Amino acid sequence: MSLKIVVLAKQVPDTRCVGKDAMNADGTINRAALPAIFNPEDLNALEQALRLKDTYPGSTVTVLTMGPGRAAEIIREGLYRGADNGYLLTDRAFAGADTLATSYALATAIRKIGEYDIIVGGRQAIDGDTAQVGPQVAEKLGLPQVTYVEEIEEVKDGRIRVKRHIDGGVETVEGPLPIVLTVNGSAAPCRPRNAKLVQKYKRALGGQEKAALTKDGAPLPYADLYEQRPYLNIVEWSVADVEGDVKQCGLSGSPTKVKKIENIIFQAKESKTISGSDAEVENLIVELLANHTIG
Amino acid sequence: MANYYTERPELKFHLNNEMMERICQLKERDYRDKDEFDYAPQDYADALDSYDKVLEITGEITGEIVAANAEGVDQEGPHHAGGRVEYASGTKQNLDAMVKAGLNGMTMPRRFGGLNFPITPYTMCAEIVAQADAGFGNIWSLQDCIETLYEFGNEDQHSRFIPRICAGETMSMDLTEPDAGSDLQSVMLKATFDEANNCWRLNGVKRFITNGDANLHLVLARSEAGTKDGRGLSMFIYDKNDGGVDVRRIENKLGIHGSPTCELVYKNAKAELCGDRKLGLIKYVMALMNGARLGIAAQSVGLSQAAYDEALAYAKDRKQFGKAIIEFPAVYDMLSTIKAKLDAGRALLYQTARYVDIYKALDDIARERKLTPEERQEQKKYAKLADAFTPLAKGMNSEYANQNAYDCIQVHGGSGFMMEYACQRIYRDARITSIYEGTTQLQTVAAIRYVTNGAYAATLREFEAQPVAPQYEACLDRIREMTAKFEACTNAVKEAQNQELLDFVARRLYEMAAVNVMSCLLLKDAEKAPELFDKSLEVYVNYAEAEVEKHFNFIRKFKAEALESYRK
Repeated sequence: MSLKIVVLAKQVPDTRCVGKDAMNADGTINRAALPAIFNPEDLNALEQALRLKDTYPGSTVTVLTMGPGRAAEIIREGLYRGADNGYLLTDRAFAGADTLATSYALATAIRKIGEYDIIVGGRQAIDGDTAQVGPQVAEKLGLPQVTYVEEIEEVKDGRIRVKRHIDGGVETVEGPLPIVLTVNGSAAPCRPRNAKLVQKYKRALGGQEKAALTKDGAPLPYADLYEQRPYLNIVEWSVADVEGDVKQCGLSGSPTKVKKIENIIFQAKESKTISGSDAEVENLIVELLANHTIG
Repeated sequence: MANYYTERPELKFHLNNEMMERICQLKERDYRDKDEFDYAPQDYADALDSYDKVLEITGEITGEIVAANAEGVDQEGPHHAGGRVEYASGTKQNLDAMVKAGLNGMTMPRRFGGLNFPITPYTMCAEIVAQADAGFGNIWSLQDCIETLYEFGNEDQHSRFIPRICAGETMSMDLTEPDAGSDLQSVMLKATFDEANNCWRLNGVKRFITNGDANLHLVLARSEAGTKDGRGLSMFIYDKNDGGVDVRRIENKLGIHGSPTCELVYKNAKAELCGDRKLGLIKYVMALMNGARLGIAAQSVGLSQAAYDEALAYAKDRKQFGKAIIEFPAVYDMLSTIKAKLDAGRALLYQTARYVDIYKALDDIARERKLTPEERQEQKKYAKLADAFTPLAKGMNSEYANQNAYDCIQVHGGSGFMMEYACQRIYRDARITSIYEGTTQLQTVAAIRYVTNGAYAATLREFEAQPVAPQYEACLDRIREMTAKFEACTNAVKEAQNQELLDFVARRLYEMAAVNVMSCLLLKDAEKAPELFDKSLEVYVNYAEAEVEKHFNFIRKFKAEALESYRK
């Protein structure tokens, strides 16, 4: 049995490096201060996909990402670890997308890819922390979904069995293929980059990266290789390439509007001990609702 | 994200050494693999870029995984049950990551699944791994035993065994026995030919075998019944899949806990001959040991780097008398000396690795075609340099690792004596480096002929004859003076024509040669990268000059009659 697996991956600013200069004055992210990395939970998802490929030889792993030209790095990182190919959704019209517009774009691209048995992504990205994109992709494609996946146990007779992380334990669930899975950060870490694959794919470039390298009339290094070895050309897809509706993409397809971003500094305050009586718990809930901590 | 390669610009500096171009050209046979293998380099720049990227992977795995596991592995150690070894859980994780990253069989040709890397970048990986966990370094870097099988095994053995090592199986070299440690000529493990099954059978005991439950073993055994010396020994390949060798115990050691040191019992174990009979010790084990010695030199440099990192971090953090202790001369003297010995030792390590690379690549080419007269000359020159430099690199770096680990604890003060700090592990791990694969005393024995035949002096004079930038001339003059003192001592000892006297002062002459060589190498490095090495050069030459002076005084004033007072 060979499976067609699509991994959804996102290039994100490394929020572990957040410091004083993480945000610009206008409320946008200062990308220069935060290195772009492979979203950590997407790496967990990639590992699950690669394990399926190890278990079911002949399976293919395709990395799908959306972003600017430099997000081709995400495809390369996937190839270095054992993915077979990748697509970069890149177009000005995709810019400024919230989760709805993102999931629309990804779903459109997945339809364009055509054949798929398993679509797997990280639970959430560390820049937005919404955990909405995976489930929305499933809804748009009309596919079943399993979230909080910890481990894929088996794929057999058109069905998949997975362990998912739930409060206080794990749950084993089964579902039909094709299916969308979102993987938790507590799943197995991704394997390292492989020395041979890095040497094989280190020159793989997207169109925008090639253009940047040759913009001052400089010749593309090792230009012949890109003809001899088609896998070195990372495929870029525009809205038109995936036959998407521009209105549903990017900013215009995003109902989310950011009004304001504030820097919050958490301060430790006095603690309060409550006894746990119904009256006290009720008072606490009322207080938390009143100050908008919950609700 | 810790990365033990990218955080040490000194490594990349050594990778970019100008000798690498020739090394790559020879190792890659003018880049002939590029059309056959999709991961082979197109040219020199491409090859160098690939080494850099693979070193980065190694740096990341060691920084993120191996280093994080080091303390747990040290405490847990390997387990022994049913005649087998089970690695500590952290060791298994480490090995799994290295295998998945494809960092095995690194120097082997691509047709066997290897990366066809030269020894130099491979040695850098070994150093990086040892920075994180010297004990795990042993298990991983024993892969270089495959070099010996590649050099002396036949085509059939190549195709059966090398791909397995490239895929991540581990190796061991089974040499020492209870009564054959430094004196390997006394090896007794018996090899007899089993006519009925057309194979060799091994019987006996091996002791102190690192990674003794490996998948593939190279075994030194006595194939010639009735012989007593090294000429009766042959080398065999034992495959664990065939069975017949049990681990009787795992030794309880002072350090390198993650590395299982085993006592092995051979019970009629099936084995096959590697190379020719009777050449086991005199040819093959010598080749094996030379490779292993470079490996221990790399391990030692890794430990020195770890000692420096720990000492520096503590000295910056720890405050006494109202300031960080690094501000005190007594402390920064220790720290700068650790760094200087580290930089000098590393320069020697990679110079040696490059010498080994050139002659080995030419040796390999000679198996395909006849070398040109120029190539033969080149091969001879570098083989001799490698032979002369290997005992210096191994002996000096292992001694420095010990000294640096000692000073690292000293910088920590009382805290350094507590088990909570990594410095105690580095100290314990470093201790073996000046013992195994030939003690420092045996490195001296291997090196002394290059003292007496003038090879080191000639190499030093050659270094010193090269012009340097004006700001380094004063330093070069000091090194020239040190070399003159080394030569004066050598001549005085030779003139005495007293073997016992020579043996007695050999270590001092060896150290004089070594510190002079390292001073020269560090000077060259500082010229190329003053921002990295200028300070270490100053500190090291001050140190080396004092060492030379000390030995010069001792040897000049020493009379052979005084040996009487030293003898028992």
